[in-house]
Amino acid sequence: MITFPILSLMTFLPLLGALLIMTVRGDEESVAANARSVALVTSLLTFAVSVYMYMGFDQSSADFQMVEKYDWLPGFNIAYKMGVDGISVFFILLSTLLTPICILASWESIQKRIREYMIAFLLLETMMLGMFAALDLVLFYVFFEGVLLPMFVIIGVWGGQRRVYAAFKFFLYTLLGSVLMLIAILALYHQFGTTDIPSLMQMDVPQALQRWVFLAFLASFAVKVPMWPVHTWLPDAHVEAPTAGSVILAGVLLKMGGYGFLRLSLPILPQASEYFIPLIFSLSVIAVIYTSLVALAQEDMKKLIAYSSVAHMGFVTLGIFTLTTQGLQGAMFQMLSHGVVAAALFLCVGVVYDRLHTREIRRYGGLVKNMPRYATVFMIFMLASVGLPGTSGFVGEFLVLLGAYQVHTLATFLAATGVVLGAAYMLYLYKRVVFGELIKADVKAMPDINLREMAIFAPLLALVFWMGIYPSSFLNPMAPALEKVIARYNDANGINPQGEMQP
Amino acid sequence: MRPFEAPALMISFPELILAVLAMILLMLAVVGQKENYRLISRLGVFALIVIATLLFKSNPETGTSFGGMFITDSFAIYMKMLVAIGSAVSLMMAGKSLEREKIDRVEYPVLILFSTLGMMLMISANDLISLYVSLELQSFPLYVLAAIQRDSTRSTEAGLKYFVLGSLSSGLLLYGASLIYGFTGATGFEPIAQALHGQTAVSLGIVTGMVLMICGMAFKVSAVPFHMWAPDVYEGAPAPVTAFFAIAPKVAAIALLARVLMGPFGDMIGLWQQVIIAISIASMVLGGVAAVTQTNIKRLLAYSSIGHMGYALIGLAAANRVGIQGIVIYMTLYMLMSIGVFCLVLMMKRRDKVVEGISDLSGLAKQQPMLALAMSIMMFSMAGIPPLAGFFGKLFIFQAAVSAGLYTLAVTGVLTSVVAAYYYLRIIKVMYFEDAAAGIDKSEDTGLNLILIAASLAVVLFIVLPAPILNGAAEAALSLVQ
Repeated sequence: MITFPILSLMTFLPLLGALLIMTVRGDEESVAANARSVALVTSLLTFAVSVYMYMGFDQSSADFQMVEKYDWLPGFNIAYKMGVDGISVFFILLSTLLTPICILASWESIQKRIREYMIAFLLLETMMLGMFAALDLVLFYVFFEGVLLPMFVIIGVWGGQRRVYAAFKFFLYTLLGSVLMLIAILALYHQFGTTDIPSLMQMDVPQALQRWVFLAFLASFAVKVPMWPVHTWLPDAHVEAPTAGSVILAGVLLKMGGYGFLRLSLPILPQASEYFIPLIFSLSVIAVIYTSLVALAQEDMKKLIAYSSVAHMGFVTLGIFTLTTQGLQGAMFQMLSHGVVAAALFLCVGVVYDRLHTREIRRYGGLVKNMPRYATVFMIFMLASVGLPGTSGFVGEFLVLLGAYQVHTLATFLAATGVVLGAAYMLYLYKRVVFGELIKADVKAMPDINLREMAIFAPLLALVFWMGIYPSSFLNPMAPALEKVIARYNDANGINPQGEMQP
Repeated sequence: MRPFEAPALMISFPELILAVLAMILLMLAVVGQKENYRLISRLGVFALIVIATLLFKSNPETGTSFGGMFITDSFAIYMKMLVAIGSAVSLMMAGKSLEREKIDRVEYPVLILFSTLGMMLMISANDLISLYVSLELQSFPLYVLAAIQRDSTRSTEAGLKYFVLGSLSSGLLLYGASLIYGFTGATGFEPIAQALHGQTAVSLGIVTGMVLMICGMAFKVSAVPFHMWAPDVYEGAPAPVTAFFAIAPKVAAIALLARVLMGPFGDMIGLWQQVIIAISIASMVLGGVAAVTQTNIKRLLAYSSIGHMGYALIGLAAANRVGIQGIVIYMTLYMLMSIGVFCLVLMMKRRDKVVEGISDLSGLAKQQPMLALAMSIMMFSMAGIPPLAGFFGKLFIFQAAVSAGLYTLAVTGVLTSVVAAYYYLRIIKVMYFEDAAAGIDKSEDTGLNLILIAASLAVVLFIVLPAPILNGAAEAALSLVQ
């Protein structure tokens, strides 16, 4: 058992690192070097702490663990409360894993204002971890919105040509969604006098209120996921963000929406969740098919992967709202897998972008000849994204479709076409970038990936295979918490586990 | 004849002291051989800090004196402390800038002291007559201050505009007060409340009187549609004066509005709630939309303050204890953020010339990273983005709206806050995303730097230690709404 407040330690460790970087003085070069190493060490330490936390995590329990609670807003019954369960613990690990990778990936590609960049990333990590660990709605909201600040700066300062437009679009879009969630949180608070998430999960929220609150939460989470038709900020943000920004955006920030559905919408608003299943299913299926088709037509590598993210997240929302064991596990797994694979794909784009400074697919071709190692790495992640059995992508998509099939055959059929389309656009991308004749002089001159880049890819490669070959080590610990969500949903809607309505 | 009551006089001790000190300073200023602005200004700051301390130590029990014209309670004490601290800080901020602009006259601190005295009396007003007198005592020094840069057309124009429109609003207020007196036969707040209590059909005279009074007070808080003076006055007045306008008088005006509506007109909530909701929505929308196209930072801040007053009025529209608590918290944090922002405005100089364009800030993040960081903190906070203090101001205000069932108001509020976020972000964009223009001078004013650092830290660290302000606000609200 871990007795000290490990979650707070883990959450605020990056903040400490950021403060440390702020105090660094000296000439520009030494400041940059110090900032880089402090950021890397801090994020690795955070990762170590999170792994230690996971080792103390009781995998058989569905309850919140390592709970910390302190008074925060006196007179309002709003507390600083943290805790993890089988759902949040994996997102925390994903965040702590991706942050050092992002910092490594920015080692050379970021050349200006390095100190501020590192501070922004560490701040971002604190916000992400806090959000996944928060067990109070107001605290959750604080971290949920707090993510916007560093991300806005990361896109706006270190982004590409249209970075200002992308940063504003990202910020205002997500803000618009989340402020509605704030009102919903206050409505719940007004009804029950508490914002404690575990207590709210026990409450019977009145039907009418449930639906409004659900829609408000949907406004916020749908933008984050993002679901069709509010996904349009994502391609812009991804294209303009620096590589590491895209990695963290695809790897963690998109998961905040799915996490929100699992943590808040389903357990607190079970009846409304049932009521809105058709809406979510339709949006998910449209997202899968439409954005896959859009991805086929992209000329920009990052944009293509961005659209593929929307399609993959469509599977996630589909899986969550099947409310079956397989569906939920699949959705969780898909989120984790996408977190690793999409992050890796953006890193792959980053590698060639660092060398040629363009994301246009036409400018490449024939990379397999002069960058064989790169071609191999890229291929593995590309196939994982397609969902090749043996890689992480397969497990998630398969489970989601399995879960969905029990609930709605047509939706499953339509979503399954997304798998085919996914294979089409990814293989097409791979063909255009890696195969073909190596004729362009500047492409010929590109060196293969170096040791630092290998070090970045290695843990992600290992994860892709680990998740693909032995998914149980991930599925088992999350199962109790997911079962609890399903049990709560069935209970509230009067469904017995066989799926028949009770009289 | 009423016997002289010494103990009852004690509850207005801070005001009495301030009045005496202000007059002593005036004497010093007049008698002195040559104008000694620095000395008078420092003494003024000292006097205000003494007053704030006195208020902090004073008895929070409710009590009246001057024949019921003056009331003191936790609400009054809290708001007066805010006003005193705000005035003290803005006087400290003004120092060097006034000297540089050659308007470092001894009148400046004296006028600020008198205006502050007016504000404190306003917060404690418990009678239509003391309300009007204190309001004018507060306003007249402000008119003079706006025009203190006598050689500048903009400044004198601002002063004149402020005076004419201010007089108009005073007239409306006075007319409303006279109607109330005519129809209830009383000027004291308690007798008016008793006269209105339990009335089923309120006479048209009272309604007209009340609405006119609301108009007069809405002018003082610069709420739409009585906001027209704010952008011009903010822009025209010298920056230190604008800072003072933004920091202190609004706190007092909102406090007065809350006291009048919750006190004597408490039973007529059904009549004034709609008015306040309309004013609040109009202020939020106009404050948000009109600021988007501004290029002058003072003008932008004027519209931003109009918007902020709209949010504060949500708490009043809720008309319950949570709402008043929300207002108190909101005004505290708003004052804090205004102090920070105006520190930066006062620092905006290029080769010793004052600059006011937003584009003059471009590339600030490269030249003066700490200053840009402080400004971004203030902007994000004003936009209400957590984890900064401004978010909590909005949180409690919206909570009040939800608790009163005013969902439309709450949703309008959050939506306009997204629009407002755009223009706050625009300033951050100019500082961070754009390459350096000519830049602005490094601030040599240690006092200003220190105030800015303190305000930034307070805005960032509010989340860690919110208890003192929340508890203070809870107590204040409890004394106004039982």
